[in-house]
Amino acid sequence: MTTSAAGVRARVSIVARGDGRGGTVLPDLEGEGPLAIRRTRGLGAEARVMLVGAMSGPLGGDHFTVSARAARGARLRVGSAGATLALPGQDRAEARYDVRLTVDDDAELLWLPEPLISVRGSDLSVTTRVDLAATARLVLREEQVLGRSGEEPGRLTSRLTVWIAGDCVLDQELACGPGAVEGWDGPAGLAGHRAVGQVLLIRPEFATDPPTARSWEEGAAVMPLAGPAALVTAVAPDALRLRRLLDTALASLE
Amino acid sequence: MSRAALLVLADGRFPAGGHAHSGGAEAAVKAGRITDAVSLEQFCRGRLHTSGAVAASLAAAAALGVDPRELDRAADARTPSPALRLVARRLGRQLVRAARATWPHPELDELAHQFPKGAHQPVALGTAARAAGLGPQDAAYCSLYEGVSGPATAVVRLLGLDPFDATAVLARLAPALDRAAQDAVEAGQRALSDGPEALPARSAPLLEIGAEAHAKWPVRLFAS
Amino acid sequence: MSLGHHHDGPAAVPADAHRPDGTRRALRIGLGGPVGSGKTATVAALCRALREELSLAVVTNDIYTREDAAFLLREAVLPPERITAVETGACPHTAIRDDISANLEAVEDLEDEVGPLDLILVESGGDNLTATFSKGLVDAQIFVIDVAGGDDIPRKGGPGVTTADLLVVNKTDLAPHVGSDLARMEADAKANRGELPVVLQSLRGERGVRDVADWVRERLAAWTA
Repeated sequence: MTTSAAGVRARVSIVARGDGRGGTVLPDLEGEGPLAIRRTRGLGAEARVMLVGAMSGPLGGDHFTVSARAARGARLRVGSAGATLALPGQDRAEARYDVRLTVDDDAELLWLPEPLISVRGSDLSVTTRVDLAATARLVLREEQVLGRSGEEPGRLTSRLTVWIAGDCVLDQELACGPGAVEGWDGPAGLAGHRAVGQVLLIRPEFATDPPTARSWEEGAAVMPLAGPAALVTAVAPDALRLRRLLDTALASLE
Repeated sequence: MSRAALLVLADGRFPAGGHAHSGGAEAAVKAGRITDAVSLEQFCRGRLHTSGAVAASLAAAAALGVDPRELDRAADARTPSPALRLVARRLGRQLVRAARATWPHPELDELAHQFPKGAHQPVALGTAARAAGLGPQDAAYCSLYEGVSGPATAVVRLLGLDPFDATAVLARLAPALDRAAQDAVEAGQRALSDGPEALPARSAPLLEIGAEAHAKWPVRLFAS
Repeated sequence: MSLGHHHDGPAAVPADAHRPDGTRRALRIGLGGPVGSGKTATVAALCRALREELSLAVVTNDIYTREDAAFLLREAVLPPERITAVETGACPHTAIRDDISANLEAVEDLEDEVGPLDLILVESGGDNLTATFSKGLVDAQIFVIDVAGGDDIPRKGGPGVTTADLLVVNKTDLAPHVGSDLARMEADAKANRGELPVVLQSLRGERGVRDVADWVRERLAAWTA
């Protein structure tokens, strides 16, 4: 971890490997500064890791990097101990949060952090890049909540790019909050909804048997992508209803 | 470059199928999110800066000569909604048909051959612009303008909105459109040097969700 | 053909009468006319009359969703893969005249998927008396009016009534009930149309759609000659 006038730079790295007997081991866990990692009890073959402390930041000027890799044979589940708050820094500089996920063949990653809350006056740019091998599996959830209860949101930009065997199957950026693109909260964007999220599901079997597109009037859709992947997108008035919608939509894929 | 050729390509009556599409406006009207000229303008601004900016950048990149197959894959990755991917390919196919008859050009023949069911419409538009002797800025302008004029025309039909009010909305969007066209050209140039990953990827959640719902309505006026 | 370019993709010129392999493509006949004049019923009757002897398909252009296609599917006049609906964005005349790109795609896809076809019927959404098909889309067109729409329509004319290759005055069985003068309608139509044929038809009558079907057979014989 380094601290400078510009803010804190912190890095977390998680590596999981198959142990060759159907289980998963965590040979390599590194956390620093405001970001800590905790192993928790996993279910069956799965190893479980919790990100702790991300809730205190990032502040303006901070730059966090989290990387996780599920190597061959691993089943890794990553969650967070609570919501992550994007907070304003003293000089109102932009904060960055970069997530780098890698899933090898015959491995599965479940990336299921709690929501990111964009607090009034904050300015955060999140990038998430996922690289998967051809037979890798992924469940990735991301939820953004715009402002604490009754509060104006900060500015938030989040870009998600997903590559499977070297092909980009999803490249999506959401920009919202004051000073974001015009019309972000209008009838085409969020229309007053204060929570937006998605769940990405990647399964090799979708290549031959893609899921069916569906939509829910409350504001959700299951969308098979141009590749062995499906994206659930939802908007809701708040985090609780968002999670419910995402879960409902996800259940239709099971 | 011929300025008149730009007018031909940008004309709402250019026979490339756009008249049957509302650009998501029909779904937004039904959901009660577009009710008047003010909400139409907000809808158009949101569209202009998200899927509109992406489409214009793809069109500019195609007009600059970036490989259409790469751009088509980039368009797929930026269009999670299968309903919108289908619409984009249909409209691309219709545009290539019209453009081949209007400005015969080997690159259009090649595109029709590579994508018998249609390339994404912005890729077709950029290629059509090349065939018409137009540049990336022209392609970006065409793309951005039809991206907002389509919904405006549709809302006139759907809500009985005063057509003068709808046209005034388009006029108020002009400065934003000018800036977006410039951004799209720069993004197209970056795609030429750094590959299609350099293209913008901004999305509008309700356009995607609304398109999926709309595609399944049993009764509707517009195809999308 | 756009000379000077090879093309094995879709045709560059819409009115191109040949398939990419050089054989003559299906004859395309358009059916237009006002709302409720019996276009869809005529299409259904034609399908029943011709389906045994010809390979045929239908494209419908609904003003509003896919009602007409749904009717034809319900009536099972053709297998479902031979019926395609085109959505028209509230403007049926635009889709058959000013911007025919979606309809051309539909007819080409039908040829690709269920072809080779002898005949494709393209039904317009119900519209007004000025709605006619582009020659880039169809090879011949039938305009269907009915006695209940007013017996002065043939006299008033309009592009559909005066220029269609065949004018059908439909629902003649209703003439006594709505007070329409059939003889006058026929005379007015003939006066407006010169040599172009007129058929008076009641689908409930014994002859049914036979006259229109015969006209279609003649057109097809000329097309393939």
